[in-house]
Amino acid sequence: MSQLSADRPAPALIFETGAPGRATEYVERSRPHGEFLPPELLRSDLPLPDNSELDVVRHFTQLSHRTFGIDLGFYPLGSCTMKYNPRVNDAIANLPGFRDLHPYAPDELAQGSLAVMYELERSLSSIFGMAAFSLNPSAGAHAELAALLVAKKYFKDRGESKRTKVIVPDTAHGTNPASAAMCGFKVISLPSDARGRVSVEEIEKVLGDDTAVCMMTNPNTLGLFEDRIAEIAAAVHRVGGLMYYDGANANAIMGNVRPGDMGFDLMHLNTHKTFTIPHGGGGAGHGPLGVAAHLVDYLPTPVVRAIPDGKPDVRRAPSDGMRFELDFDRPKSIGPMRSFWSNFAHAVRALSYLYANGAEGLTSVSQLAVLNANYLRVGVSEFLTTPYPEICRHEFVASAQELKKETGVRALDIAKALLDRGFMAPTVYFPLIVPECLMMEPTETESKETLDLFIEALREIVETAKRDPQSVMAAPVKTVVGRIDETRAARQPDLRWRQSG
Amino acid sequence: MGAYTPHTPQEISQMLERIGVGSLEELLAVSPEIAPKAPLDVVPALPEYQIERRMKALAARNRADEYASFLGAGAYRHYAPPAIAALAMRGEFLTAYTPYQAEVSQGYLQAIYEWQSYICLLTGMEIANASVYDGATALAEGSIMAINATGRARLLVSRAVDPRYRAVLHTYCGGLDIEIDEIAVGADGRTDGDSAIAAIEAKKYAAVIVQSPNFFGVIDEIDARIRAAIETSGTVPIAVISEAISLGALRPPAEWGAQIVVGEAQSFGVALAYGGPYVGFIASTAEHMRRIPGRLVGRSVDNRGGEAYTLTLQAREQHIRREKASSNICTNQAHCALIATIYLALVGASGLRDVAGLNLERSRELATAVTSVPGVSLRFEAPFFNEIVVRVGNAAEVLAGLQQRGVLAGVDLGRFYPEYADSILMAATELTTTGEIAKLTAALREVVHVAALR
Amino acid sequence: MNIPSDLLYSKEHEWAKIEGDIATIGITDFAQGSLGDITFVELPKVGAKVEQFANVGVIESVKTVSDLYTPLGGEIVEVNSAIDADPAALNNDPYGAGWLIKIKLAEPAQAKALLDAAAYTGIAHD
Repeated sequence: MSQLSADRPAPALIFETGAPGRATEYVERSRPHGEFLPPELLRSDLPLPDNSELDVVRHFTQLSHRTFGIDLGFYPLGSCTMKYNPRVNDAIANLPGFRDLHPYAPDELAQGSLAVMYELERSLSSIFGMAAFSLNPSAGAHAELAALLVAKKYFKDRGESKRTKVIVPDTAHGTNPASAAMCGFKVISLPSDARGRVSVEEIEKVLGDDTAVCMMTNPNTLGLFEDRIAEIAAAVHRVGGLMYYDGANANAIMGNVRPGDMGFDLMHLNTHKTFTIPHGGGGAGHGPLGVAAHLVDYLPTPVVRAIPDGKPDVRRAPSDGMRFELDFDRPKSIGPMRSFWSNFAHAVRALSYLYANGAEGLTSVSQLAVLNANYLRVGVSEFLTTPYPEICRHEFVASAQELKKETGVRALDIAKALLDRGFMAPTVYFPLIVPECLMMEPTETESKETLDLFIEALREIVETAKRDPQSVMAAPVKTVVGRIDETRAARQPDLRWRQSG
Repeated sequence: MGAYTPHTPQEISQMLERIGVGSLEELLAVSPEIAPKAPLDVVPALPEYQIERRMKALAARNRADEYASFLGAGAYRHYAPPAIAALAMRGEFLTAYTPYQAEVSQGYLQAIYEWQSYICLLTGMEIANASVYDGATALAEGSIMAINATGRARLLVSRAVDPRYRAVLHTYCGGLDIEIDEIAVGADGRTDGDSAIAAIEAKKYAAVIVQSPNFFGVIDEIDARIRAAIETSGTVPIAVISEAISLGALRPPAEWGAQIVVGEAQSFGVALAYGGPYVGFIASTAEHMRRIPGRLVGRSVDNRGGEAYTLTLQAREQHIRREKASSNICTNQAHCALIATIYLALVGASGLRDVAGLNLERSRELATAVTSVPGVSLRFEAPFFNEIVVRVGNAAEVLAGLQQRGVLAGVDLGRFYPEYADSILMAATELTTTGEIAKLTAALREVVHVAALR
Repeated sequence: MNIPSDLLYSKEHEWAKIEGDIATIGITDFAQGSLGDITFVELPKVGAKVEQFANVGVIESVKTVSDLYTPLGGEIVEVNSAIDADPAALNNDPYGAGWLIKIKLAEPAQAKALLDAAAYTGIAHD
């Protein structure tokens, strides 16, 4: 934690350092632009700083010292699956054969990349019980949007455009209702029952011939398995609606239960959660979209297709001896979701992770993720309220409501106090239905020792809160900056550097 | 056991006992009706050295590196100093989440603030967001900004905008019942001004969208006459930049009237990687600040009185507004934006100017060389940046012949424009060598000649 | 908590002050307190015709966002453009400098559907 501590000042903004002409030269001097283009098309001024390579290296190295990542410490961020990001995946994604391939390279010169996409697609389809996946969407929310566009087009083709309602439980991720709204659907919010689950009786009240899609995640964001999922899916299907699986919590189910078998027709997977793609400070993500057989034709373009080559298309994961092409000619497709085919470098990482695990390894991954979450839940329940005291899946929620009444210390204060102790904070104030919520997801890559240390740190914070609440409310004090004036940030937005004077 | 899991069998037993459950299977019990019926068909588990061997074998099946390449069309091969990877691949950056806990994310937040500033300085806009997925999605999201600003449900897009960007725009608009009209391309390769003006005067558009350099490499500013029509009609002018290096030479879109600038920054050090991840940007004038989608980093102060960075204006976003959010975007492309920021910091104004100048220079070398071949000509006359449209006869046939001779000459324009099936879109960058141009030219001489004989 | 006795109130925590056929509208002290630091207000355009209790705008605070409903219907004749530069006025002076819109009333009888200060005091709590 020392490198994140307050004893080093922030490096100056890159715009406030350097001197014209100081930049390291990476290319030769060019002739003046005026030799090639008329002056009215050219810029008169390029107000960027010139810094030497050493100064730039120091600048960003110092910035990295002011940034917390999984590599520095435990990251129990609920619903984000902050597991270890294996280095071998990065090494493989950076092989020149993958890294330098142009997206318009002809298919016959891109067989390796197409094989990667094919093997990943086949494996995902099997793991999650879908007929096919598209690797096109760039992130989870992007895949949700694609899925709802698929649903919209599917219903339009069936002459059922009156289906305008999307049902979203109140525990859902915020992207679900936002994606639905982007497709012009009306969002129906569904309250959870006393067990923290979607109630079959409640959902039946809102189902009808105007139901388009029901969006759920299972386990839900409280970490609870929706044990009546088959009944819910049957009810939605009975009225002609589609079931969408938000794969944000897929780390809890691999080898255990498949969305396809639970009755879902569409799903996305965040490979940057479940399949160890580094989050990189909030992206790039990667959000494969899976669909059941009746929706395959609607997937975004392009899809990777195995060329039969005289042999039957066996559609199995290992690709040896097969040839592939990108298929753009799909008349029912919703069209492309992004500039190019996929966040391909992430597909490489995800496949590499699959090779590290195989089917049995993935099963074990989910089992141990659930084991860690329950171990943490039992430990935390000794000093914080756990509103749903039962076996959870990959994550669980605790509430600081009681502590707040007793001491004034809120979930946010606990989060900030954890930062002082070298841990990332859990997700706070989500899901919205639990007051003073702390949502924790340890993932399977954390050891028992780490979980024990975290439990003890949290216990110590709660005890401190009871003895000296002010000290917890003042946290963090060991970080490079203290709590930030967010009101000022929003009222007087300062979103860019400007040349002064 | 799963890969990268640290549990010993003894620990698993201890933990199960503490939880009060007999086995891992019991912990994850599901009812038999939804349990998997068959084993999973997944690639086999391999030890790490064999994973590397396997994946290297797959990488070796990509053969494009053996060819002289003039491929561009929205993804460009540029020099990326190794210092970029050395910095960006640091674990602190690579393994951080979205910087919600600002106190332990100051470094990344500052880097994104610097990215936003760079995009503003390059485009001449007032604000820029923390990045979006890529150029095409930036266009779709930027168009939605204009739709929300004007309350109009119709867009006017130049046919010289990258066809894939337009296709993505169609995909997005399919959800929102937005209509899209197109402006024709003039004989010189620019957006046709007269059709643009006629269209703008005929209907109420939310936005007029042009790209410069456009898909054909031609510099395609919104000219003064079109600007006047746009202003009268209350339409939002949107500029698309897909070759960001051009901003090192060409005047910023703010100077030719854009209110929203969207684009792709792959050229700033981001690997080609068969199409992604790349990094889109959205910048705008101050009046559109509240409509800009995605994350924004702001500078404020902390409770110790010092300067500090934080995500700001979050009330616009999906996790708070849910179905009322202006966009569903959750992630940005932080890591690619970081790469682009490091690229710009390294090359500086001098380097960017030189790279842009070398692109101008090499593409003119390319144009001169290929048009020296009998039967080969430039389709458009308007000034270009680093891409040219080369008329060769039957583009698909000529491209196949060139490929046999070790050259990937570019993109067959007939793939997107049936009327240009006789033309190839070719790009030259600072990495294009005189030798590669000579190889292309020699091959063209053979192939075009052969094609003519048929 | 400040609930002036000369104003009318809605259940959605807006206030209205009727002078002749013009109503001035804002949000209550209770509303600003529950929203926290207000950072931005989106108001309707002058000239827009709005129904009673219609959603006419949005109020953003640092961590949340809330819809603005008009307690009375009619035509928007003025909006408080000073709020843009100083959203803090909504927190500091919700019944004065923090007013939001003025409406030319379509039907003065609509005021009967609103609450007086005593009745509003009964609902202005968590």
